Amino acid sequence: MEMISKTGLKGLKVAILAAPIMAIAGLASAQELRIGISAELSALDPHYHNLTPNNMMARHIYEPLVGQDEKQALTPRLAESWKAIDDTTWEFKLRKNVKFHDGSPFTADDVIATFQRAPNVPKSPSSFNAYVRGKELTKVDDHTIRIKTATPAPLVPTDLSTFGIISAKCKDTTTEEFNLGKCTAGGTGAYKQAEYVAGDRVVLTPNENYWGGKEPWSKVTFKMITSAPTRVAALLAGDVDVIENVPTSDVARLKGDAKLNVTSTVSNRVIYFHFDTFRDVSPFITAKDGSEIKNPLKDLRVRKALSMAINRPAIVDRIMEKEAIPAGQLLPDGFFGTSKKLKPVTYDLNGAKKLLAEAGFPNGFKMKLHGPNGRYLNDTKIIEAVAQMFSRLGIETEVETLPSANFFTRASQGAPGNLPEFSFILVGWGAGTGESSDSLKALLATFDPKKGMGATNRGRYSNPAFDAKLEEALRTVDDAKRDLTLAAAMEIGMEDVGLIPTHYQLNTWASRKGIKVQARTDEYTLATGIRKE
Amino acid sequence: MLAFVLRRLAQALFVIAAMLVIVFFGVNVVGDPIYMLISPDMDQAQIAETARAFGLDRPIWEQFLIFLKNAAQGDLGRSFVHGESAIKLILQRMPATLELAFVALFMAILIGLPLGLYAGLKPESRSSRLIMAVSILGFSLPTFWVGLMLILTFAVGLGWLPATGRGPTVSILGIETSLLSLDGWQHVALPALNLALLKISLVIRLARAGAREAALMDYVKFARAKGLSQRRIIGVHILKNIMIPIVTVLGLEFGSLVAFSVVTETIFAWPGMGRLLLEAITRLDRPVIVAYVMVVVVLFVAINLLVDLIYSALDPRVRLTEATS
Repeated sequence: MEMISKTGLKGLKVAILAAPIMAIAGLASAQELRIGISAELSALDPHYHNLTPNNMMARHIYEPLVGQDEKQALTPRLAESWKAIDDTTWEFKLRKNVKFHDGSPFTADDVIATFQRAPNVPKSPSSFNAYVRGKELTKVDDHTIRIKTATPAPLVPTDLSTFGIISAKCKDTTTEEFNLGKCTAGGTGAYKQAEYVAGDRVVLTPNENYWGGKEPWSKVTFKMITSAPTRVAALLAGDVDVIENVPTSDVARLKGDAKLNVTSTVSNRVIYFHFDTFRDVSPFITAKDGSEIKNPLKDLRVRKALSMAINRPAIVDRIMEKEAIPAGQLLPDGFFGTSKKLKPVTYDLNGAKKLLAEAGFPNGFKMKLHGPNGRYLNDTKIIEAVAQMFSRLGIETEVETLPSANFFTRASQGAPGNLPEFSFILVGWGAGTGESSDSLKALLATFDPKKGMGATNRGRYSNPAFDAKLEEALRTVDDAKRDLTLAAAMEIGMEDVGLIPTHYQLNTWASRKGIKVQARTDEYTLATGIRKE
Repeated sequence: MLAFVLRRLAQALFVIAAMLVIVFFGVNVVGDPIYMLISPDMDQAQIAETARAFGLDRPIWEQFLIFLKNAAQGDLGRSFVHGESAIKLILQRMPATLELAFVALFMAILIGLPLGLYAGLKPESRSSRLIMAVSILGFSLPTFWVGLMLILTFAVGLGWLPATGRGPTVSILGIETSLLSLDGWQHVALPALNLALLKISLVIRLARAGAREAALMDYVKFARAKGLSQRRIIGVHILKNIMIPIVTVLGLEFGSLVAFSVVTETIFAWPGMGRLLLEAITRLDRPVIVAYVMVVVVLFVAINLLVDLIYSALDPRVRLTEATS
């Protein structure tokens, strides 16, 4: 009897002591979500800076008219539907019964206010002007707007997926006020801004009245942890529940950890080599004895040979530790406007040697490769490996990597006359719009400031046949036709080897068991895509 | 005394001016900030437009003159990236860094001084040799590596302490601090230790050398002959005499703790001004880099001045007027 009562008391004591602790632990872990993100935001104003971390955070609070799903296909968001009335007019039907965070209704006036603010934020380092300009907005009724353009503009819905709609009440709110959460009307998004500490964290709370249904998290904290090993350690130590941008060297280990989930998907980012095809004599290419030679990269056979000499599967397997996919065009298969015919160029050293000899370089030449250092996953290692592959082809190759801040200036306009400085560079390109016109227009179209074409064409590749095809696509409003025309342009550019793609990166997330992350091609980590298992 | 202070301030102004020129033109040599700011999707016209808006299309000397004109009016420029006043950004992050540096400094004294004294008083003992061997490690191991090892051991392996970030802050007399809660101390422990490691080794070496020397002095022998307790001999006679070099060095080192906490802050995701600087350098955010350098120069000058004053208080033989001659 005594014995029983004693143990009973003890048991009770333990239960009493344990109960509140368990309750607290349960509350904290079940509903609060902590995410370690890899880059710092420059502001919490959705229109201040067109920058991936800013846009990603803004998506939670301010929704765009048109959404992009996890594969970057367009989906209805604040616009329920849209259609092209004619080649230069689009009509958007806005979603009804949507409310801003302060309870005020969302109408066409908010869209008009956003269109006025988005391109005109003072001191913006990179504005949304590109997506707004040339679009004349008219309000048909409270829930219908029309957008008129001067020339056929098939990309209007895509453009409208890039920036969030704010309440008309906030149209004069400054960036600093947005950072401090003074736009109390907020957006229509699933989350509300609770706290922003620059360079440290963003805290969001769920929007109870979200039209798309309530979120499972009572609080979401984004911690900015820029150092990759620290991010991994923070997950392992339980500081955060989810991390993005898992370094390739840690993926295998984390996959083997029973307490963790790892998910990944191919990204919209292609890693490629761009090279000088416009100078008759290229500054970093000489004969083996150092004497001046004609730019060999103007010869298609040399470009083909270089592409064939790159062993893409080896790069993917050994350097990227399988966290990449060999690339044959500028966007992975399946994206809008990609070719079904193009495959990664097969590694063929002998074939490459033969082509090089045919082009008049049986003994190769001397070339220096340049690239950024730490901008893309394993960038330095990739350049070094490719340099070795070129050496096997008989090309004496040197490598120089530079910090991003220095590299991109010089690669874009380092030579006299603001011309690209280098002969052969490694770079990457993420297609923000999720379709191929973005990449083709920036990288392969003939450099033409007046038309806004070829802005990032650092090799000044120029091919009239390609330009004509691309321009045709950019005029085609019909989706199916444009898809095919873009694919045809891609084929012209790739068969002419305007640049050499090597691989697509994978975007990888890791989370603790019990939490599932929806992997996205655009590198966004969205709390709306993170769920309990 | 006043002349000494004024002279110091004049020197400081000269240093600031020199640093301004070096940093302003140095950053420009590295690259053009425009390519770090814009979204890659932008076309040529928009790039030119942004460059114009930031004045980056003008020749560098013209940019410098505009900067000087604004600086004369107390405006050190706005961050290209954040669009806010550069000085304001730095001052916002300063309390976190100062907090970290203070904790690290106290750790250096609390750990380094007793160990150094012990090693100095019992130089032949085995534990003294161990202390000295470990202090060599403290000097030679790279901070980023030690930081990661600390995280792996105490946060990931043992799970005792959090790996990243700063604890919740409260505002006391207008100063934000996280040191009033247990959570705050748990967060600061690892980064502060990491930052302090080098300083601990430094204090150990200084204290040991000082103690060894002082132990042989006549006044210590005399005190011992007089029959004073060991505690009093060490605590009063030796400690007081070896403190002067330690205070001087630590004073100067505090400046470097604040200014160069960059690595530690980045590894431990500590939201201080070191991380801000690193971010500014990678994005060529010139106004922030320039403002940061100015803040640090001012800080160094102020600390030097303070050290001189404390020095003269500790050692009555030192007269500040001597320093000016």
